[in-house]
Amino acid sequence: MDIAEYIRLVFSDYTLRTITLGTAILGAVTGMLGSFAVLRKQSLLGDAISHAALPGIAIAFLITGAKDSNILLLGALVSGLIGTFWIRGIISKTHLKSDTALGLILSLFFGFGMLLLTFIQKQPNANQAGLDKYLFGQAATLVESDVWMMTIVTGACLLVLLLFWKEFKILLFDADYTKTLGFNTKFIDILITTFIVLATVLGLQTVGVVLMSAMLLAPAAAARQWTNSLGMMVFLAAIFGALSGVFGTAISATQNNLSTGPVIVIIAGIFVLFSFIFSPSRGLLFKQIRFIKNRRDLQLHKTLTFMFRIAETHENISHPHTVKILNNFQGFTKRTLQKLVRKNYVKLDGNMWSLTEEGFKTATNLYNQQNSNDE
Amino acid sequence: MSKNIAVKVDDLTVAYNYKPVLWDIDLEIPEGVLMAIVGPNGAGKSTLIKSILGILKPIAGSVEIFGMSYAKQRHLVAYVPQKGSVDWDFPTTALDVVMMGTYGSLGWIKRPGQKEKKEALEALEKVGMLAFKNRQISQLSGGQQQRIFLARALVQNASIYFMDEPFQGVDATTEIAIINILKELRKAGKTVIVVHHDLQTVPEYFDWVTFLNVKKIATGPVKDIFNDDNLTKTYGINYKVSIQE
Repeated sequence: MDIAEYIRLVFSDYTLRTITLGTAILGAVTGMLGSFAVLRKQSLLGDAISHAALPGIAIAFLITGAKDSNILLLGALVSGLIGTFWIRGIISKTHLKSDTALGLILSLFFGFGMLLLTFIQKQPNANQAGLDKYLFGQAATLVESDVWMMTIVTGACLLVLLLFWKEFKILLFDADYTKTLGFNTKFIDILITTFIVLATVLGLQTVGVVLMSAMLLAPAAAARQWTNSLGMMVFLAAIFGALSGVFGTAISATQNNLSTGPVIVIIAGIFVLFSFIFSPSRGLLFKQIRFIKNRRDLQLHKTLTFMFRIAETHENISHPHTVKILNNFQGFTKRTLQKLVRKNYVKLDGNMWSLTEEGFKTATNLYNQQNSNDE
Repeated sequence: MSKNIAVKVDDLTVAYNYKPVLWDIDLEIPEGVLMAIVGPNGAGKSTLIKSILGILKPIAGSVEIFGMSYAKQRHLVAYVPQKGSVDWDFPTTALDVVMMGTYGSLGWIKRPGQKEKKEALEALEKVGMLAFKNRQISQLSGGQQQRIFLARALVQNASIYFMDEPFQGVDATTEIAIINILKELRKAGKTVIVVHHDLQTVPEYFDWVTFLNVKKIATGPVKDIFNDDNLTKTYGINYKVSIQE
């Protein structure tokens, strides 16, 4: 299937359209909220929430006996919230660090959820099959009402973000200071956390308990590399998340039976990898290039200064000197000399070199600069 | 002295776990002084400020700002936290951080506008950082970051300024710039309370001092109480600081 045909299919095929829309919206909302989780250094919160949601799904099924996804997700939401606020409680009431509290709640709730799932599977009820799809997610089960649900939550999330943007920003940056200005930091905190839980739970059906945290973290981590503005970061994270959803769905739909959730997560991972390497200001590649270039420049300047000091001893600064002298200078190579010649700082005549007018001027400046730095 | 009392602390006791960090602190800070809080590490200096500002909840005691509760007088108070208390890699600019100083008067939901931006730019100019307004904050030096924090507090246009170690990790130039701003604030009748580490500079910078080591040791004018006796009581070792008369 070629790309044009696939794009036509996305618009005409109901199932494909639903899944593409659903994963795109999901990616956008988790990307936005994930930015906040990452900046609060609560990257693992998403992992804890998604695992904590599992018993809620099981209990909701046990109570209603139905597999209506909205009811199951309501159960997930309740148990996800309980887990999250227990984590907060543990951190504030005991000496345990946040990673310990997160790990504790994550495994406890997940263990309990798995227990309930096996219990449900032993039941003589034909309806129970497929509950375990929440472990790894199954995008194919998305229907229109699920997408509507995602749209509503995303809309609400956008509204809250726009309303409380200034409050979110200042709380993320400096919570104590926010308190002294008279803001109820607990309220802002609960608001952010609740939306993070909501977005996480929303993704369980598609991406699943195990991989859900990547949807929160990966787009945000990638976005951070490209910008130094919070607004831009949240926007980019939403875009990266949405694109991960669209591309992930496309790949899994065109390759036979590749599970959608993991593919989306891998695409998001590729965004991260690409951003870590190629971002102009923070990326590894350009950092390394800048580092090497700086070293080269410094080496060149050092050599020029050394030559300047030799030339200085003569009345005529353009008086030729032998190249051999330069061998005493550590760090001198033929290449630096050639570079200096190319820059027209130095003239080379056989085995003799001499400073040009321009080279002398540049070297004088460098030399004075160095001296004033030493002071 | 007929001066107003800017900050009045009564019986303040604060504990993190079992061990009290501050014990039964009574403190009156007159309006218009430039005061240093000195004491050894773990003496509760930052805790004292944070308790006055309501960031920490004390076990007992009360705090009054110009005769009323802090909650009512919040708009008269500005705070400069320790530089190390925030993540400077946060994606924002110097101007944006300074603008945060206007958030308190704006209240919920309302966004800062042209007026707030103008105030923030003025504060940046006062601390000599106008040229860096669009700089990402992680690309500022330690001293510049401290100036940004100071500018953020200046924007609040408060009557009382609490500062937690504003001289920590800054170079000599910045230290002089900061102390000049503090002295200007005092000249304008503001009260400035500074957690301070460098005992040598206390007589030069400050006119009021509080010695603290879990309990309050002494408080008063520098020229009366900044002596070897109080230093020894606070730091527990024989201290000799020569004070220029």
